[in-house]
Amino acid sequence: MKLPAIVHKFSSPRNFYFMAGRLIPWLGWSCLILTLTGLYYGLIDAPPDYQQGESYRIMFIHVPSAWMSMFIYMVMASAGAIGLIWRIKLADIVAYSSAPIGAAFTFLALATGALWGKPMWGAWWVWDARLTSELILLFLYLGFIALQASIEDPRNAARAGAVLALVGVVNIPIIHYSVEWWSTLHQGPTVTKFDKPSIHLSMLIPLLMMAVAFKLFYATSLLMRARGEVLKREQNSRWVKEVVENDAK
Amino acid sequence: MTLSEFFHMGGYAFYVWMSYGLALVVLLAIFFGPMIAKKQILKELRMKYRQQEKLDNGN
Repeated sequence: MKLPAIVHKFSSPRNFYFMAGRLIPWLGWSCLILTLTGLYYGLIDAPPDYQQGESYRIMFIHVPSAWMSMFIYMVMASAGAIGLIWRIKLADIVAYSSAPIGAAFTFLALATGALWGKPMWGAWWVWDARLTSELILLFLYLGFIALQASIEDPRNAARAGAVLALVGVVNIPIIHYSVEWWSTLHQGPTVTKFDKPSIHLSMLIPLLMMAVAFKLFYATSLLMRARGEVLKREQNSRWVKEVVENDAK
Repeated sequence: MTLSEFFHMGGYAFYVWMSYGLALVVLLAIFFGPMIAKKQILKELRMKYRQQEKLDNGN
């Protein structure tokens, strides 16, 4: 299947570099504003939970982090597939630049989960399906990063990484359904299900605000990373030389 | 709610503030990492182009 010419034009590294440069401030500032609003409603406005007291406020970073850990993985694997099939350089760069951000969110989901588990379950860690599959996700990210770092040619590195990422996609539905398939201490979904969310609006609204803020954070830092990577990979083209020369002025 | 009640978090202060603090540190690192990296790339490329120019002029 061939892609229309306009896709190639818009995904040209040069075009991306300048478009992303214009987008970043908008994304970054809206992320900051939404984060501060979400934190206000989550930490100050929302009432304590009737069972968990104030400890449930960890949710406002734990749940968005966990969502991001899976979302970014899907972006990374999709970008990897696009790079594999249509050989779009920008797709390789998106996959490459997503990995550290995804790993960071996965780490945060695990760490804040432990900090929530200790007071509520009495244990930092249990080897149940949800926690174990999320830990495997972290290893998939780290494996992807290590694999790409070990291959010098960026084309081959992208190809190998994409294959690893695609194989690992199997883990994503396992993470999501693990709380239903296996018995666990971890609570089931209260928002992402085919039913009314079983969480009060005063908690749902800041949760969704933080979720969107984290998405904006990902978009901002992905574009920033990808821009730097574009300069590195396109260093022999004329426009990069001009960018570097203009920067020195 | 008083300020000290807010920081006390109903006795869960350590767990709640550790979570938020950790998130802040990790996200700041993710945010500022590429800024520093980009400066480094620009510096390296500037040196590379300068050396290339010298070589071209020498021939």
